[in-house]
Amino acid sequence: MPIDKFVKLESTCVPVPIENVDTDQIIPARFLKATTREGFGDNLFADWRYDKSGNPKKDFVLNDPTFSGQILVAGQNFGSGSSREHAAWAIVGYGFKAVVSSFFADIFKNNSLNNGLLPVQVSKEFLEVLFQSIEKDPKTKVVIDLENQKITLQPNGPSESFDINPYKKKCMLNGFDDIDYLLNINNEIESWEKAHS
Amino acid sequence: MAGKTLFEKIWDKHVVTIVDGGPSVLYIDRHFVHEVTSPQAFAGLKDRGIKVRRPEKTVATADHNIPTIEQELPIRDELSRFQVNKLALNCEEFGVPLYGLNHKWNGIVHVIGPELGITRPGMTIVCGDSHTSTHGAFGSIAFGIGTSEVEMVLATQTLLQNKPKTMRINIDGELGNGVVSKDIVLYIISQIGTGGATGYFVEFAGSSIRSLSMEARMTICNMSIEMGARGGMIAPDETTFEYIKGREFAPKGTEWDKAVEEWRQLPSDADAEFDKELQFKASDIEPMITYGTNPGMGIGISSSIPNLEDIEKSTQATFSKSLQYMDFMPGDAMIGKKVDYVFVGSCTNGRIEDLRAFAEFIKGKKKADNITAWIVPGSHQVEAQAEEEGIRQILEEAGFEMRQPGCSACLAMNDDKIPEGNYAVSTSNRNFEGRQGPGARTMLVSPLTAAATAVTGKITDPRDFL
Repeated sequence: MPIDKFVKLESTCVPVPIENVDTDQIIPARFLKATTREGFGDNLFADWRYDKSGNPKKDFVLNDPTFSGQILVAGQNFGSGSSREHAAWAIVGYGFKAVVSSFFADIFKNNSLNNGLLPVQVSKEFLEVLFQSIEKDPKTKVVIDLENQKITLQPNGPSESFDINPYKKKCMLNGFDDIDYLLNINNEIESWEKAHS
Repeated sequence: MAGKTLFEKIWDKHVVTIVDGGPSVLYIDRHFVHEVTSPQAFAGLKDRGIKVRRPEKTVATADHNIPTIEQELPIRDELSRFQVNKLALNCEEFGVPLYGLNHKWNGIVHVIGPELGITRPGMTIVCGDSHTSTHGAFGSIAFGIGTSEVEMVLATQTLLQNKPKTMRINIDGELGNGVVSKDIVLYIISQIGTGGATGYFVEFAGSSIRSLSMEARMTICNMSIEMGARGGMIAPDETTFEYIKGREFAPKGTEWDKAVEEWRQLPSDADAEFDKELQFKASDIEPMITYGTNPGMGIGISSSIPNLEDIEKSTQATFSKSLQYMDFMPGDAMIGKKVDYVFVGSCTNGRIEDLRAFAEFIKGKKKADNITAWIVPGSHQVEAQAEEEGIRQILEEAGFEMRQPGCSACLAMNDDKIPEGNYAVSTSNRNFEGRQGPGARTMLVSPLTAAATAVTGKITDPRDFL
């Protein structure tokens, strides 16, 4: 599936200051019965977001009109647990383009990158500043500049650099996907198979 | 130059090429597929008009979404039925072998791979399921992947992967009475946390690990993802070879001798270096139980839930939220707490040894009246074996029933849901909020602790009976 290009994003943020948010919270298992990638955004954080009757819970941030934007800011170790890519589909489906945290679970990070969702890992201190700034002023904007691998709180900082694998960076900047790459090296895969059969 | 680790030996052999400044292209020997994480991947192949590159290296089963009663009948839930049927249609169209519902080899994907001899040392194994790490118990590189990656492997039999760092966790000494492999892994996770091994591939080693059976080793590797690890593995040895020998897809005759010869070369060299090494003593481990909403929130069963001031400041809010969900108080003792459900099963503890341990414990006793118990074998073969050994009868005499195989209440995708607010003692792998059903409260334990609790009706230390 071709992914959306990600070059530079300026947006307000939605804070979820909880640690160890697992993929069962991001998208509970009962929603995994679909056979397409669409529609998961409606059930993002379903059990935190809706009560038993399906009414929005007022105290959850996605139901608070004060906060909106394309950047999800979350506590450390975000996306742990199940490998379900549905978690990334739900976050993208809701309209987020980037997730900022001080630590990401491995599989979630891969799944995000494969869906054009940029995981931005920042220091604990920077994350704390982000949470405080957003809480103080929900209109606070953040710029994520992938080319320069920099995340900056607007208007005057602070700012921090973040890491990304150079290959994945190229994919995100250009909207490339891994399967195209792998299909293109078919000859090399064939030679490997011959040598190891 | 330092020697190589078990992980490096297998990894290096499977690298097809390395992308400039980026990941390696890793060749995959076995790809397990199930109904939940594959439909979008097969759809991707159709969109591109391509085939499954190596259907013979691919095996599919239906497990996550199937009922554990009346499997002979059509699945009642419409969406589940559609998804399970979709898998069958995709497997037929793409020529992928399927051990679907009611097939004699059907079962949880991480149970059937090993029991059929499909999982073997030295292999690279993936599946769209995080508990694929289970297969690492055989000395293979096995890890969970997302659906885009499932599509990559179906299309190319390879995967783009960054080489993880290596960690060795040594556990030495003799395990105490009533302490089993589930307790070892819950203990390690309680010590290092759910992100403690993120970025690493873990090798479990030491005399305690060497003494374990294959099934006990699988329980440990199964939960390596719960410490954040990309995967976990254990060096193959005589125990491993003995387990594989004679199984359905295991090499036979001279092929077998050749394979064992190769497998003997796999263990980490004596001078191999790991990026990180941890040591634990078996004597420090007692039967474990979780009290919170991630697998790292575990304690010895005789201890109490930590007090707020014992928790790192930045984690206190998360800790409190977790206890609120469980309706527990800081400082509470675990022993004696009320329980409503007992679940024995899953890819963590749904194998024959687990059912044996449970049955042996409850034999001659009775299930407590307040407990609803679901005993779910990991596969049809486990079910048949339990039947043959008289385990079903022991269970029934004690007031338990054995259901049909599947993932069941581990993730509650089917009807096996713990009702809201109820407490479940579970031999599965995750105690996340709502994991076993919306509002369900899960405490992770070993099959022995589950058995002790099932007969008393409240959290009970199995050592009281031993």
